[in-house]
Amino acid sequence: MSSKTPSSNNIAHARRTVQQLRIEAGIERIKVSKASADLMNYCSEHGRNDPLLVGIPASENPFKDKKPCTIL
Amino acid sequence: MCDQTFMAITFGPCDNCSTTSPLMNIYIKNEPTNYCSFCVEMMACQGLLKGETLASLKNESESLKKKLEEERAKLHDVELHQVAEKIEVVSALSIKTRRVLKGHGNKVLCMDWCKDKRRLVSSSQDGKVIVWDGFTLNKEHAVPMPCTWVMACAYAPSGCAIACGGLDNKCSVYPLSLDKNENLAAKKKSVAMHTNYLSGCTFTNSDMQILTSSGDGTCALWDVESGQLLQSFHGHTADVLSLDLAPSETGNTFVSGGCDKKANVWDMRSGQNVQSFETHESDINCCRLYDLRADREVAVYQKDSIIFGVSSLDFSLSGRLLFGGYNDYTINIWDVLKGNRVSMLFGHENRVSTVKVSPDGTSVCSASWDNTLRVSRALGMPWLLVLYSLT
Repeated sequence: MSSKTPSSNNIAHARRTVQQLRIEAGIERIKVSKASADLMNYCSEHGRNDPLLVGIPASENPFKDKKPCTIL
Repeated sequence: MCDQTFMAITFGPCDNCSTTSPLMNIYIKNEPTNYCSFCVEMMACQGLLKGETLASLKNESESLKKKLEEERAKLHDVELHQVAEKIEVVSALSIKTRRVLKGHGNKVLCMDWCKDKRRLVSSSQDGKVIVWDGFTLNKEHAVPMPCTWVMACAYAPSGCAIACGGLDNKCSVYPLSLDKNENLAAKKKSVAMHTNYLSGCTFTNSDMQILTSSGDGTCALWDVESGQLLQSFHGHTADVLSLDLAPSETGNTFVSGGCDKKANVWDMRSGQNVQSFETHESDINCCRLYDLRADREVAVYQKDSIIFGVSSLDFSLSGRLLFGGYNDYTINIWDVLKGNRVSMLFGHENRVSTVKVSPDGTSVCSASWDNTLRVSRALGMPWLLVLYSLT
């Protein structure tokens, strides 16, 4: 990254940083306990439909290894 | 062009002096304004006259940073894994590699799933981009790129086009044709232009817009049809290596990760950096979970026995599992809520470059420097029971 030496550019950069930090400091936050509870609820609700978590029945698995078929 | 040093995103009359020139999009007291670069410099000097020195601005930024830390710490009343103690443990996973896609001549650097859940596109150091049918292993299209190290590729939501790029500093879109004999390279459309390598690209909710990240430290949103730069995102102070869109269909935020150890969340419409997370300590050898509403890190996924860096990760459909592709050739599967490692996937013979879960959540594909891709799926439960009863 190129660094600019003129002092006015440093001022502009510093002002942008302060502006950015002011915005970030002003956002609304919630407690970790509430956020964690929400994360857990989401995972529980959707966990039943998560194929990688619970597996899928072999009949629906298009990737299953094909067995040789015998013609009776 | 999109570049760290060139901040103009629009061209028109300056809000201050009314001369028509490239405009810098800046915020004055949280109001977005467009000034030409001369007026911005004038304003900077005037700020100086009012007693606002570089030192005073630096002091203010330090105190704001401290205030941010305090605000974040106030809400840190409990750890995620403590809250997660009461839910049940993830039962033993039975994920197994079902397909190995061979055909690339060199390291596979990136891959993406198609929304039809069976096709995938992969790009490689050998300069080729291949579209595969994941079920039949058929290579449906192979596009030669003019450069090697095609570091990013993406499938369009419609399934009718792919985007890719890398050391050529561009992101190009190729419409996929059903005619096998048609030369795809001839229909190439250059959409994005950066001043350094393209590290990541993704279509937004439609085929019409592409979001890119680049080694030049910026991310950018482009219109595919016209190639026009719609929005640029400045804020990283080093190469941006990855990006991801927020999953919601109405959402317009995305996150980018860079070599400056920051993960930045951006508003796509305004170009504003709305949140920033910086707790990684070095080259990434652990995964961290940041909650956007709590605005802080809530979990770290690491083990002393894991000493190699992680290059890519993805969540399972419910978000309970986190798949991480590591430089020690393995994929570690973490329990997102409890923080422990649940399982591992072996098989690759070189580092894993990309890991992606399919759109329906049934498979996870991993691309590796061993020139192959592997598609893994969970074994069906009834099938396991049958096996046990036979032995």
